[in-house]
Amino acid sequence: MSAPGRPKGEYRSAQHEGTPMSLQRSQSLLWLAQRGSAVVLALCVVVHLATMIFAVRGGLTAAEILGRTRGSVVWAVFYAVFVLGVAIHAPIGLRAIVAEIRGGHGRGIDMAMLAFAAVLLALGLRAVYAVTAGTGT
Amino acid sequence: MSESAIRRNDGRARGHAGWWAFAVHRLSGLGLAIFLPAHFLVLGQALTGAEALDGVLAWTEMPLVKVSEVALVFMLAVHLGGGLRLLLAEFGGWRAAWQPALIAATGGGAVSCALLFALNLV
Repeated sequence: MSAPGRPKGEYRSAQHEGTPMSLQRSQSLLWLAQRGSAVVLALCVVVHLATMIFAVRGGLTAAEILGRTRGSVVWAVFYAVFVLGVAIHAPIGLRAIVAEIRGGHGRGIDMAMLAFAAVLLALGLRAVYAVTAGTGT
Repeated sequence: MSESAIRRNDGRARGHAGWWAFAVHRLSGLGLAIFLPAHFLVLGQALTGAEALDGVLAWTEMPLVKVSEVALVFMLAVHLGGGLRLLLAEFGGWRAAWQPALIAATGGGAVSCALLFALNLV
C-alpha cells in the first residue's frame, strides 16, 4: 500500500502508511488522549508545583502533609484527577519512545504500556486514598 | 566511514534550540515516568501511619536526595513548559518566530521553579 517515492522510516511511520484503518483510528485516539490528558495535567502541575514550593518551607513532616490533605474532598478529587491524567499520559508517551527506538508499534509494546498504565493508576489511587482518607495518624 | 556513522557524528541537526527542546522534553518525561511509581509507593506509606511516612521523609534529608528532588522539580516544570509549547503549536498554529522565545521562557521558568524550591528546601 506504500506509495512509490515516499521516504521510509520515521516519516512513513508517522503517516501510518499501509496500516489498517482500525489501527489509524486507534493511533488518532491515542494522540487525542495524550493531548487531552496534557491539558488537564498542565493545570494539575501548576497547582502541584505551587503547593510543593510553598509546602517545603520549614521542612516537610507527615503531620503537615496529612493535616492538609486528610478529610479534604477537594484534594482527594484533585489528586484522583491528577493520577488519572498521569496514567493516561505517561504510558502513551513511553509507547511513542519505544516505538521510535524499535522502529514501529507492536502488540507486546501495547500490552506492556497498558500494564504500566494499570500500575500507575493502582499505585496512584492507593496513594491518594492514603493521604486523603487513610487512618493511622 | 559508513553513511550511518556520518549521520551519527553530524551535529548540525542538533545545533538549534528546537532539538534541545525536544531532547529535554523527552528526557524529562522519561525521568518523571520512572519516578512516579516510587513517588506513589512513598505516599502510600501513609496507609500504615504517619510514622512510616515520616521515616521516608527523614531519608529525604540526605543531600543527594535533596539534589534529586530539585532536579525532579526542574523536570516537572520543564516538561510542563515544553508541553504547553507543543499544545500551542498543534492547536494554535505553528509560529516559527515565537519558538526561540517560547523555548527560552520554558527553560527560564523551569530554572526559576527549581531555584525557588531549592531555596525553600534548605
